[in-house]
Amino acid sequence: MKLPSKLAKWLIALGLLHGAVICAGFFTPYDPGEQDRENTYQPPTHIHLVDSQGHFHIRPFFYRYLNREDFSEPPQEDTTKIIPLRFFAKGARYHLMGFIPLSLHLFCSDPGSGRIYLLGTDAYGRDQFSRILFGGQISLLTGLLGAFITLLLGASIGTTAGYYGGWRDGLLMRLAELFVALPWLYLLFALRAFLPLAVSPLEAFLLVVVVVGTVGWARPARLIRGIVLSAKERDFVRAARGFGASNTYLLRRHILPETAGVLLTQAAILIPQFVLAEMTLSFLGLGVPEPLASWGNLLANLQQYSVLVSYWWMYLPALAIVPFFVGYLGLASALQEHANPHKIEVGVTGDTV
Amino acid sequence: MRTKRASLLVTLLGLAGLCAAREAASYPHAFTPQQSKSEEELLTLPGELGRPGGRLVVSLRAEPKTLNPLTAVDAPSREVILGAMQADLVHINRATQLTEPALATSWRVSADYLQYTLTLRKGLRFSDGHPMDADDILFTFRVYLDENVHATQRDLLLIGGKPIAVRKVDALTLVFQLPQPYGVGERLFDGLAILPRHLLEKPYTEGKLAETWALSTPANLWAGLGPFRLKEYIPGQRLVLERNPYYWKQDGKGTRLPYLDELDFLFVPSSDAQVLRFQSGDTDVISRLSADNFFLLQRQQRGFTMADAGPGLEYNFVFFNLNDLGEKASSEMARKQKWFREVKFRQAVSLTVDREALVRLVYQGRGAALWGPVTPGNRRWLNTSVPHPARSLDQARRLLKEAGFSWTNASNGDSVLVDSGGKPVEFSILTSSSNADRTKMATLLQDDLKQLGMHVQVAPLEFRSLIERVTQTKEYDACLLGLVSFDADPNSDLNVWLSSGGTHLWNPSQAHPATTWEAEMDHLMEQQLSATTYEQRKKLYDRVQEILAENQPMIFLASPHILAGAKDTVGNFHAAVLEPYVLWNVEQLFQRDGAGSNSK
Repeated sequence: MKLPSKLAKWLIALGLLHGAVICAGFFTPYDPGEQDRENTYQPPTHIHLVDSQGHFHIRPFFYRYLNREDFSEPPQEDTTKIIPLRFFAKGARYHLMGFIPLSLHLFCSDPGSGRIYLLGTDAYGRDQFSRILFGGQISLLTGLLGAFITLLLGASIGTTAGYYGGWRDGLLMRLAELFVALPWLYLLFALRAFLPLAVSPLEAFLLVVVVVGTVGWARPARLIRGIVLSAKERDFVRAARGFGASNTYLLRRHILPETAGVLLTQAAILIPQFVLAEMTLSFLGLGVPEPLASWGNLLANLQQYSVLVSYWWMYLPALAIVPFFVGYLGLASALQEHANPHKIEVGVTGDTV
Repeated sequence: MRTKRASLLVTLLGLAGLCAAREAASYPHAFTPQQSKSEEELLTLPGELGRPGGRLVVSLRAEPKTLNPLTAVDAPSREVILGAMQADLVHINRATQLTEPALATSWRVSADYLQYTLTLRKGLRFSDGHPMDADDILFTFRVYLDENVHATQRDLLLIGGKPIAVRKVDALTLVFQLPQPYGVGERLFDGLAILPRHLLEKPYTEGKLAETWALSTPANLWAGLGPFRLKEYIPGQRLVLERNPYYWKQDGKGTRLPYLDELDFLFVPSSDAQVLRFQSGDTDVISRLSADNFFLLQRQQRGFTMADAGPGLEYNFVFFNLNDLGEKASSEMARKQKWFREVKFRQAVSLTVDREALVRLVYQGRGAALWGPVTPGNRRWLNTSVPHPARSLDQARRLLKEAGFSWTNASNGDSVLVDSGGKPVEFSILTSSSNADRTKMATLLQDDLKQLGMHVQVAPLEFRSLIERVTQTKEYDACLLGLVSFDADPNSDLNVWLSSGGTHLWNPSQAHPATTWEAEMDHLMEQQLSATTYEQRKKLYDRVQEILAENQPMIFLASPHILAGAKDTVGNFHAAVLEPYVLWNVEQLFQRDGAGSNSK
C-alpha cells in the first residue's frame, strides 16, 4: 500500500491546493458576491510592516486607497489611517464546504475600518481574491465531475466494445468516431440557444458539467477497449474462463483492474482539460452566470479593451489556474511512470481491486 | 400615425475585422462652380474659419446597407446619408436643437397652423451639377407618400393617418397643406432628403426605386444636396465620399464649404476596435465612446481632444412584461404578471435602485441619474417638478407590505420576499449581451433587488432575439433596455408613449389602451401633437412625465454623457448631444495641417 514518493508529492501538493479552494470561506476575507461600490477597480492592497513615518509594527497593516474623482489618476494610499490586519477573526458568514455555517476567517480587518483586497477588486468592487478561491470551487468541481462522467462512460463503452466485440464493437466505435468528429463548440452554442432563457446558477452548472462530461468519452473509450481486447486473450483470463468463470466475474476480477492505471492517468489529464473547457464556456457567457464566480467568468471581464489595458490585476485569475494545472499534469506523468502493469499491482491498484 | 422616430440603440461589441487604411491621395480642389455667384444664395455659417483641403477618416459600426434614403433604416446608412450626403429643407441644428433654414431660406405658417409656405434657396444644384427646383421637391414628396414605394419616411408624413399635400406656387415657392394642426410642422422636414428627379424618375415609373442606389452604384449615377458625394465604395473596407463642389453653404469669408476634400468611412464593427483604430491614428474622430474608453483615451493624451457634450438623449430603463397574454400565459407567468401589474411593486423596485451607483460604476460619473425619460440634456422639455425620491429600502419594504408581500427566511438564512400566495418573488431581467454597460447595470440591479429579498437572474441575450421576445413572442419577465430619441422634441418618442405604438415596450401595439393612465397618456400625446405653442405642449408633456413617474411602467435608470474625441488637428470639432454626434457640422470640419490621416 506504499505510494511511490513522487506520486505522493504531487498528491499532497494537489491536496493542499484543493483544500484551500474547498475551505474558500475560511481563507478569504469576504463574501465573493459582496459589492463594495465605493471601491471599484481597486488595485491590490499593499500589506505594510513599516508605516509612512518609518515606525515598525509587529502586526501587519494596510492603508486604504483614497477614492478617485477622476478615474484616469492612479489611486493614492491614505497614509493617515493605519488599518491592522486581524487573524482568525469573525467576519462575513459563510458555509464551509457548503453546509457548515461559520464566520471565522483566516484574516480580515475590523468592520468599518477599511477592506483589504489582496488581489484588487473588479468593476463592482468585489474582492478578486475571494472570487478566485470561490470560483475555483465551481471550476474544479466541473473538472472533477466532468472527468468522472467521461471516464464512467468511456470505461463502460470501451469495456463493452472490447470484451463483447462483434457488432457491438463496430457500432460503439463508429459512434466514438462520430463524437470525435463533431464540432463541439458550435453545438454548444446551438444547445444554449435552445435552453430556457434564464437558467438558475445550479442548472447552468449542471448543464456545463453534463456537456463537458459527455463530450470527451470517445478517446478514453478507445484506450480502454484496446486494453480490454488484449487482456481478455491473456492466459490467466482464458484459464479462468475454462474453469467456468462468468463474464461478470472475469470483468470484475481480471479485466477491469487492468484498466485502472490508464483510467487514473486519463483522469489526471482530463481534469485540467475540463477545467479549461468550463473556463472557455463561462468566458463566452455560456457557463455559470453572474454573480457566481468561476475562473472563466472572472476572465470574461478582459473582453473589454479598457479593462485589458487599464487594470493589470484583472489578469490574476488566469494565474490562479497555473499551480493546479502543474499539479495535475505532474500527477499524470508520475502515474504514467508507474503505469507498467507490474508496479500497478503493488502501487495504485491495490485499493481498487 | 407618425411612428418609427424612436429607434433602439444597438451597440455592437465583438472582435473587429481590421482593414488597412490606404495612403491618402491628393485631390485637386474643385473650387470654381460653373455658375456665377450672383444667381446663388449661399448660406453663410458662423464659426472658425477653416483651411480647405485634406480628408477626414471616420469609423462606422457596420457597412451601410444602402445609399438610398428611401430604404435606409439601419443606423450606419442613416449616418452616412443624412449626415454627409443629403440635405433637408429645414434643419434642426444639432447644437442649438432649434430649426434653421437649409434648402428653404424661410417658411411661413398660416394662422390655423395648417399651411406651411416654404421659399427655396436660389441657384441650388445637385452634386452632379444638375439644377434643383420645386419640381424635384414635388417628386420627392410624391415618392415618399407613394404606398407602393414603402418609403420609411411615409409614416412621418402622415398626420392623424392622413398625408401631407404639397403644392407648387412658383419655381421657388411651395405650400405644404397639413391635414390637421401640427405644432412644430417645420421640424417634420428635418432629415427628409430631397431626391433628384432627373436620376430617379425613370426607376420610379418602372417600379424599381427600392433597388436603386445600392452601395455599388457608380458615382455618376448618384446625386444629392449634402456636403459630400459618392466617390468609391470598397466592399468590406470603406466608403469614400468626395467634396460636393455645388454645396450651398459658405464660411464667413465666402469660402464655399465643405472644407474637406474627402470623407472616408471605415467599417470597424466593434467599439473597442474603433478605439484602437483611433489610437493608432487611422481615424480622425470618434464618437459613441463608453466612459471606460473615454478615460482610456484621455489618459493617453496623445494629440487628442476629448469632449464631453453632457447628457445625451439616451435613457436606460427597466420594464416589466405587462402584456395581456390571454390564454397562452402559463400559470407561472400569470402569477408573475400579478406582481408586475401592482404599481406598488414597480414603485418599490424604483426606490431600491441605487441610481447614483449606476452612474458612478457604469458611466464612471459621466452620466446622469434618471427619474423620467427626458434627460437633463434636454432642458427645454424636462419636467423639473417630477419627484426624485432618494433610494429608500424602508419605504420600498413598506410599499411591498401594503401590496400584500411578506418575507420569510430561507434555509441559508437569507430573507426571501414572497407574494400573498407564499410563492417567492423570482424573475429574470433580459439585457442585450452585446452592450457591456447595460449588462453591468443589470448586475447592479440584481444586487440591489437582492436586498429586498427578490431573486433576480440576469439573462444576456443577443439584441435581435431580445427585441423579438419583447415585441413579438412576449416571453420575458423584465427587460433592461435603452432608447435614444432622434430629436429633443417629444414627438420623436410618440411611438413609445402611445399605447398603439410599436415601441410602447411594456405592452406594445395595443388596440385599446389597457389602463386609464395609458389612455390619458394617449390623449395628452395627441393633444400636444396639434397644440401650437411651446407652452401648451410643454404643459401637456409635463403631465406625461408625471404619469410615467406615478405609474412606473418603465423604471428609469440613467443616461450616459455623449463622449467623443478628435485629433487635435481637426478644426471646428464640437460634439453635440444629438446624432450624428460629431459629423453634424461635417461641412465645417477641417484639417489644420491640411493633410489628414496617415499622410505623414
